[in-house]
Amino acid sequence: MSEPISALNGAVYNQGIAEVTALDPIGMISIRGDLAAGYLKKPLKKITGVAMPDMRGINLDGGTGVAWMSPDELLLICPYADVATNLETLHKAIGTNHALAVNVSDARAVFRVTGKHTREVLAKLAPVDTSPEAFTPGTIRRTRLAQVPAAFWMVDTDTAELVCFRSVAQYVFDLLKTAAQPGSQVNYHRG
Amino acid sequence: MLILTCPNCGITAEETEFHAGGEAHLTRHGPGASDDDFEKYLFMRENPKGVHFERWRHVYGCGKWFHAARDTMTLEIFGTYTAQTSTIPQDIIDKISDRRPDWQPPETA
Repeated sequence: MSEPISALNGAVYNQGIAEVTALDPIGMISIRGDLAAGYLKKPLKKITGVAMPDMRGINLDGGTGVAWMSPDELLLICPYADVATNLETLHKAIGTNHALAVNVSDARAVFRVTGKHTREVLAKLAPVDTSPEAFTPGTIRRTRLAQVPAAFWMVDTDTAELVCFRSVAQYVFDLLKTAAQPGSQVNYHRG
Repeated sequence: MLILTCPNCGITAEETEFHAGGEAHLTRHGPGASDDDFEKYLFMRENPKGVHFERWRHVYGCGKWFHAARDTMTLEIFGTYTAQTSTIPQDIIDKISDRRPDWQPPETA
């Protein structure tokens, strides 16, 4: 099988107020259905080992976890190599029930923004309150980044990870570079 | 700029994260309906200066539809509520009546 390569092949921008990195592909499985149903809860617990996230929550343990996307949608995050096995586990558990699990890893691009101005870089692009009080690690926000949909979450206080569609990866990278250009700090979230 | 709270995911965001879906609480007149009813359903819309009920979609967020009650003149949002209803919830009516004592709830079918 050919090597999985991300859209921007690990591009890095580190001349600005925050470092922007295009990450290697991670495994993402989109799950839709009744989130309270045992046939979704059980396999997810088995695969990730984390609890089901609450509304707008993301529970990550290392590179594996579950994110709440909407009242009937979850995103399973796992290492790229584990997608096929995890998908099989899910499909077996779902059986004939009315639910859906689809591999969307190759449809997405993943970025990491890190540095003490990370929250500002995101705040310049998305209509989101990124203050440390309002946007804490453990919450995921689906929103727009300038003109395209994206979702991001805080990994720790100074690091955010962001997913968007692969087709707009270059656009999102350019946006983040512009928002992080040298001398552009606003110092709004000074804590 | 409107600031709406999506009742499906609890996120309060500004207008650009949502998409307007037109007037709410329309009664669908389908096959077998009279021409007058069908025309009304298809083309006739309220265009009030004041309290208005609208459908909105959280298009960049959870992707779900919901209803919003707002004032088209002052842009005040009275409240948002589930899309799974064909009537206006009492608490929304109460909120509007608090702010607009002269206002009468419309007849929703």
